[in-house]
This record gives sequence, structure tokens and C-alpha cells, in this order.
Amino acid sequence: MKTIEPSSGVVSPEAIPPPSTDMWQRRHILDLDDFTRDEIELVFETADAMTEVLTREVKKVPTLRGKTVVTLFYEPSTRTRASFELAAKNLSADTVSLDASKSSVTKGESLIDSLRTIQALGADIIVMRHSQSGAPYLAIQHVNCSMINAGDGWHAHPSQALLDLYTIRHHLGQLANLKVAIIGDIMHSRVARSNLWGMTTMGARVVLCAPSTLLPRGLNNFLASCHLSNVSIENKIESALENADVVMPLRLQLERQQSGLLPSLREYIQLYQLTTERLSLAKQNVLVMHPGPVNEGIEISPEVAHGTQSVIEKQVANGVAIRMALLYLIAGGKNK
Amino acid sequence: MPPALLISGGHIIDPGQGIDKVADLLITKGKITWIGNKGTAPSQPDLTIIDASSFIVCPGFIDLHCHLREPGFEDKETIATGTKAAATGGFTTVCCMPNTNPPLDNQTHIDYVKQVAETQGTVQVLPIGCITKGRQGKELTEMGELARAGVIGFSDDGDPVTSPRIMSLAMDYSQALGLPIIEHCEDTELSDGGCMNDGWVSARLGLKGTPKAAEDIIVARDIALAHLTRAKLHVAHVSTEGSVELIRRAKEKGIAVTAEVTPHHLTLTEERVMGSQLEKNDHLTYDTKAKVNPPLRTKEDINALIQGLKDGTIDAIATDHAPHTTVDKMCEFGLAAFGISGLETAFACLMSLVHSNQLDLKTLISKLTSEPAGIIGTRYGELGTLKTGCRADVTLFDPNKEWTVDSRDFASKGKNTPFDGYRFKGRVITTIVAGKVAYGDKLS
Amino acid sequence: MPESILMSPQDMRRALVRVAHEVVERNKGAKDIVLVGMQTRGVPLARRLADTIQGLEEITIPVGSLDISLYRDDLSSLSLKPTVHRTDIPVDIADKQVVLVDDVFYTGRSIRAAMDALIDLGRPQSIQLAVLVDRGHRELPIRADYVGKNIPTSKNEEIKVYVKEVDGEDKVAILASSKGATDENN
Repeated sequence: MKTIEPSSGVVSPEAIPPPSTDMWQRRHILDLDDFTRDEIELVFETADAMTEVLTREVKKVPTLRGKTVVTLFYEPSTRTRASFELAAKNLSADTVSLDASKSSVTKGESLIDSLRTIQALGADIIVMRHSQSGAPYLAIQHVNCSMINAGDGWHAHPSQALLDLYTIRHHLGQLANLKVAIIGDIMHSRVARSNLWGMTTMGARVVLCAPSTLLPRGLNNFLASCHLSNVSIENKIESALENADVVMPLRLQLERQQSGLLPSLREYIQLYQLTTERLSLAKQNVLVMHPGPVNEGIEISPEVAHGTQSVIEKQVANGVAIRMALLYLIAGGKNK
Repeated sequence: MPPALLISGGHIIDPGQGIDKVADLLITKGKITWIGNKGTAPSQPDLTIIDASSFIVCPGFIDLHCHLREPGFEDKETIATGTKAAATGGFTTVCCMPNTNPPLDNQTHIDYVKQVAETQGTVQVLPIGCITKGRQGKELTEMGELARAGVIGFSDDGDPVTSPRIMSLAMDYSQALGLPIIEHCEDTELSDGGCMNDGWVSARLGLKGTPKAAEDIIVARDIALAHLTRAKLHVAHVSTEGSVELIRRAKEKGIAVTAEVTPHHLTLTEERVMGSQLEKNDHLTYDTKAKVNPPLRTKEDINALIQGLKDGTIDAIATDHAPHTTVDKMCEFGLAAFGISGLETAFACLMSLVHSNQLDLKTLISKLTSEPAGIIGTRYGELGTLKTGCRADVTLFDPNKEWTVDSRDFASKGKNTPFDGYRFKGRVITTIVAGKVAYGDKLS
Repeated sequence: MPESILMSPQDMRRALVRVAHEVVERNKGAKDIVLVGMQTRGVPLARRLADTIQGLEEITIPVGSLDISLYRDDLSSLSLKPTVHRTDIPVDIADKQVVLVDDVFYTGRSIRAAMDALIDLGRPQSIQLAVLVDRGHRELPIRADYVGKNIPTSKNEEIKVYVKEVDGEDKVAILASSKGATDENN
């Protein structure tokens, strides 16, 4: 790790990294399922450089000048969309934001037609969030632009998982052998799935904790078929939290109770809310994370959400750096 | 009147009659006239000879379950194109499902289909009538009238009959007519919008899955109702090991249940949704060509289905040919239409089971000919046979001919097949319908 | 690939010492100087200059590192994306004399990008350029203030600088490159 002696201002030799490797071949960022450890490290390294840019007074570099980044969101989102837009703007890209959730742009138009239109308008990179799992995989078969998946249905949210991993690394030094507890609606969570891939690749042990109605029936088989070792499943939050290094409660959508998957919010809170008392089962320096937006009083108590162990706001800050890194890494892909 | 045809030197396999030998077959006036040793056929004026010396000759295949989409969905398929596809696939008789628009729930609509089939169809089309009016599941159709109009059974296929009361009434009513109720067994509350099998692949892909129990439950329910009413139940497109076991036990108890299975359920698993080994993908795929209802399941189910075919639990193989337009399939997986255009790949696909020694050829042929004929009954004459005096519906195939599937060459308007690019061994060479060559790859 | 050695470790040391003297002389001392090494090999070279200047003037010069990947003008046409390293300049460069330090000076495009980066970071009073090797073939009107050694080259040759801190040894070598020279530091 870098050491800088404040008085002398000298950068020590160990800090000088080796020259670039030619591993990065990706044109798209769709999920973490096929990222190698090296690729994840490269994203981190790039995000480190971006973090420095974000400490400047003028948070702008000319890297993506002249490039057009279009955000196409079929589901509403405040933070992810803003995060991507800021990331693009910090790199001097031109941004266009299309809010398809209000059907103002794409009423009745098929996804493929919308994407073709966006390509024809000159987009270089499309950042898309869609309610149907698999939508980005369909998209890349039909347009030439680079694509970043900002969330597809229940399936994947790679930039969120990367910023989660980055945040953990930042605070705890390394990911290998950490116990990470992900608690909540696993069945419908793209954050849980992408984190599952990312964390196991980086050597962490993952515990998925939820009531059985919120766990996919094929989960055990999925873990076995995809050789995801070091993952366990719990119904009891206490077992999941025991000695955990990282705890990540997931947002509980209120529709889940309405569609009968839970008897009541009351019961969910009683059995699964992350409270100060429950948190004490984890390690002393446990990190409390959340992909946001937080339902205070449901999956997490306000005290824990704003407590000393919470790094929820750091996640947001890191999100911009990670997204800048991803935009940098796939920019220029169109001309390859 | 079609010309006289002599199919010469082929290996004739007719499981219904127990024929399995190299012989000549003579067709005159649209009927099978004579089978006997090579060169000994009674002489005919104006005879066309088909050299079948390296081929197998069998009764024309019968498809108990296909969707011809006309009336109402002619962009997906018409009776003309669908029957052409059937002939290409070696089928000489197809039973068309009534989920058209308007649905085939009254005589006028049945007559329409029969008339179009008569004038534009390439193969024999036997209609299936709806169980309930408009397929709404609420009121029985005028089954008596539909029976007189010529349906071979009743089905609301595409959907199950949700209400057990309506189903038991339908069974009671149809029982007197001697026609089967063909049920698409799915508990829709349980399947709840699932778009593939509920298993590890759906968990990985983040897709809503349909549990196997959704099929098993209705199979069990309908078997109980069939037992109660003594009606004939035919279970459409069986896909789970649970269903196979239920049907097996029902048959042991003497309940009048029959069952069919599709070629794709016998050969593809849920993993096919993630793409075929043929495609060199850099990325995961959500392949809508593998989206079908009931969904592709697991290896365990495939093994149970094959065993079911072998021990007679499953009587017949039917394609559930479900053509769709490109637009219907070229969209997000969750929104894509369900269905596989299967008439033209069915036989080759099934031959892969023969070549891998999972099924013997004679059993396969019987599941496509004599068995489905048994379920249809004799109101259209004796079908699925090469018996002299019967309709000359004959299929010639080369069990070893290698070919690559290219949906662009399909006669069907539906190019939606998960087998695109697959290399198969076994191909239909000639299809003869009522003594006329309906599809001919090579004639001498 | 056969390479010829153009500068031995001793040659490099002497050149750097001379450059350090020149920096001090030109700036009439070491006050307000900030040495900024260009990633990657410019950084250890900047540190060595700082050490030498410290010996001469008994003053500690702040040393920073500058990564110009985010300022390149050729990202779209690159087949490989350069790894971005941190830019770390420990002091405010406003009103300072910034001396950029690089190993090889070639087309001048890196230095242009470096100047853009520095100006985004603050308003130095001046920017000067110290290079270990100047190999010619400038494509922009940029000149070096301090040059360790002038080595005229042809475009299909490649200059490789090895520094102990990164490569384990000190030397400057020249090789014939079959394709056009694509060294990082141009």
C-alpha cells in the first residue's frame, strides 16, 4: 500500500505499480459472473485514480470528451442514474438521460427499436436499467454501442456489486476469507446475485439469509451447478450475523408482502431487521452496507443505518468512482 | 385420382401389423393395395415407381397436437403453410388445436377449418374442439354438435380448465360421446407467470420459474376426475417425472388415461435457455427459442419420459407445433411468446434417441403412427397403418441421412426452433398423403 | 531482441546529477520547486533528482506522481486501454515551479497531456521539463528544459529505459522494432 510521509512529500518506491496489462477485452459490463479476480482488481485500481479526481476542486478530466453516454432507465432510480450521469460528466462525456419508466420516450416502442434509435442518435455507451432479466443480453445483439447494465430485473447489477466490493476492500483491506452476510429478499435481488459472483471470485465467504419464501427454490442447485463454493444459506438472521465481517441488508419491497410472500411486515421486522442488538453478534469492526434506498425501520433500524459501523454513504461516493472507472475501461470499445 | 405408386425395395416397418421386412408396397386409387416381395407386385397401367431401397417405409406420422393458427393468427402460420411443414416432417395427419381467433368452439368454425384444409391443406387435418365456450373455462361448448362436425377430441389447450367442477362436467359430458378430453395440465396459480422451469437455471438467470408441481397437481386432479367420470383423459405434452408416475399408476388401476410427449421435452433440458453449445457466445444468452409451455425441464424428467415411452405409460409423441413470428420471439425473455415450431425437426430430433440407443426404432414409429391412431379412433377410418384397403398415408425416411437444421428453409412460417444449426442424423425423404406425394426429396 | 546499451548505470547517474545542478542553477535555488514524475518511470527519476537537490541545497523538495491516461487524445484508437494509476501530488502546486520529469521525450504528446493535467490541478507559476533521454521526432511545439542525453533515433527504433526501482537495473537501451515504435512514453 502507498505510504506518503507528510513532511517530506516523497512517494515511496513500492507505490509505483507495474505497467498496464493487456487483459481488459470487454466492450460491455453486464454482470460479474465471468469477471476474473484480475479484472476486478483492475477496476479497483482505476477507481483509485478516479477517487483522486473526485478530491479535486474541479472534478473533471477530458478523458471521454466527445463521447456520448446515454442513460436509458426503464425502472425509476435516483441514485444509480445520477451516479452514472455524474461519472460520465466528470469524464467530460456528453450525457443524455432517457426516462423510459414514464413512457415519455418509448411508449409502445419495442426495446430493440428504442436502442436502435439511440444508436442512430450517436450514443457511444448506453447505460440501461430494465425490469426484465436478460434485457441487456438481447440489447447487445442488436446495437453496436457499448453497454453497461445498470440493473436487469432480478438478474444482475454489476456496478453496484463492484462498488460494494471496493468499499469493503477500502475499509477492511482485502476480501479473502471475510464472512459477508446478505440478508433479505434474495429471490428478487440483482444486487445479491452480482455480489454473490463478485464476492466468491474475490475469496469471501457469503451467507445468504432470508425467509424461505424469498429464496429461489433452485438456489442450492444453482450454487452447486456453478461451482460457487463458500456460500451458505440461512433462515435465521442470528446464524448469518455470527462473526460476520460485513452485513448487507437488502431493501424489502412492500409488494412482497402484498403478493403473499410474507405474512406481514411486522413479522419480517421481528425476524429479520438489523438492529443494534443483532449487530453485536457480528465482529466488532463489522461493516454495515446497503444498496439503497434504505427502508429505515424495516430491514434496518435507523440507529444502525446511521451508526458508526454504517458505510452506506461511502458506498454512494465510491459508486461514482467505480462508474467512472467502468466508463473509462469500456470507452473506445466501439472502434476496436 | 392420384396415379398408382409402387414403393420398391424399402424396409417396411408397420408396428401395428407387426411388419418388419424389405418388401414392395403398391398404392392405387389413394389406398394401400398390396404389400409383398420385391418385383412381384400385380402389374399396373401408368405406374410410378419410387425406389426406396435405402429407406425405411412406414405409415405416415400422426401428430395429435399442433397449432395451425388459422383463423386469426395467419401471420404466424396458415393451414396451408402448417400442413406443408407437416408433410416435410413426414406427418400425413395432424390434429389442430382450437386456440385460434375465433376459437373453434362451434360447428361453423370447425367447418371453416375443415374446408380450408380440404382445399389448401397438404395433409389430413383433424380438428379438436374447445372444451369451454371461448376457452373461458366457464361453460361447456356444444360438444354434441362439435362431435357431429368431426372433432376428434376436446381441449382448451394453451390453458387448463381451471375449475375442477367444470372439468368434471366436461368429462361426464364427453364420456357419452366417446371422445377424449385433452388437457393442458398446468395450475396457473402456482405457475403464476413463470417463464421457464423453476430450478437452478431460473435462479441463476433471475427469471420467474414454473415449478414441476404445477403440472403434477392438475395431472393428479384430472386423473381423479377421469376415474370418477370414466371419461377418456389425454394428457397433453407431459413434461415431468411426477406426471409420468401418476399416469403409470392410473393406467395400472385401469383408468382411461392416455398421454403424449413432445420431441423437445425428450431431448432438451432447461439449460438450453442459456444457449446451445453450438453458438460461440462471449456472453450469457436468454434464448427465447427455448421458451415453451410446459417448460424444458431436467435430465431426470427426460429419463422418466423416455422410460414412460418404453413401458407404454406415454402412448404417443406429438409435436405441439407452435409457430410464432420473429417479433413475438425477438424481445425480452419474460415477454416472449411460448412455443417451438416443431413439425420439421420432430423426426430427426427423435432419431437422435434411436441413434443413442435410448429408444428403438420400432417403438418410435409406433408412437408416431399406431398409437396416436388408437387415440383418435376410427371415425376417419383406420389411420396409422399400412393395412391393405386403408388410406395410403406413407412416409419414407433415411435413418442415417445427416443434415443441418436451418429454419430459413422451413415450410412453416414459424422459424422459432431451438434446433437451428443442429446436425441431425435421420431425415424424411418422401411423404405420401392419400396416395399422392405431398413432400418428396428424391424420387426416381 | 538484440539491444545496444547507450547509457550505463554510471552514465545515468552522472546525467541525473548534472540535471539536478541545472535545475537548481536555472531556478536560482530550490525554493518553490515541486518535482512531478510521469508515471511510471519518471517517478523514481524524480525522486533521485530530489535526493540530489537535497544534498546540494539541504532542502526537501516535494515529489509527486502524475498519470496522464485520463488526458490522452488517442483513447478511441487504442486497442489496449492503459491502466490508470493514481496521480498524487502532495502539495498545492499554485505559484510553484513545477518540474515535470520523464524518462523518454519523443513526440511530445505525453507532455501536452501532462500540462493539461497540471493546469487542472492548480495554477503553477511555471512548468519546466526534465527528461533523461531526448530521442527527437517532436510532433508538437514542446521543448525540454533539461536533457540527460540527446539520442537521435529513427522511427522504427525503440528506446528502453530501465530503472532499478521498477526493472531491477539501470540502463538505457536501443532496439530495432519491427513495427513502429509503440513505447508508452512518447
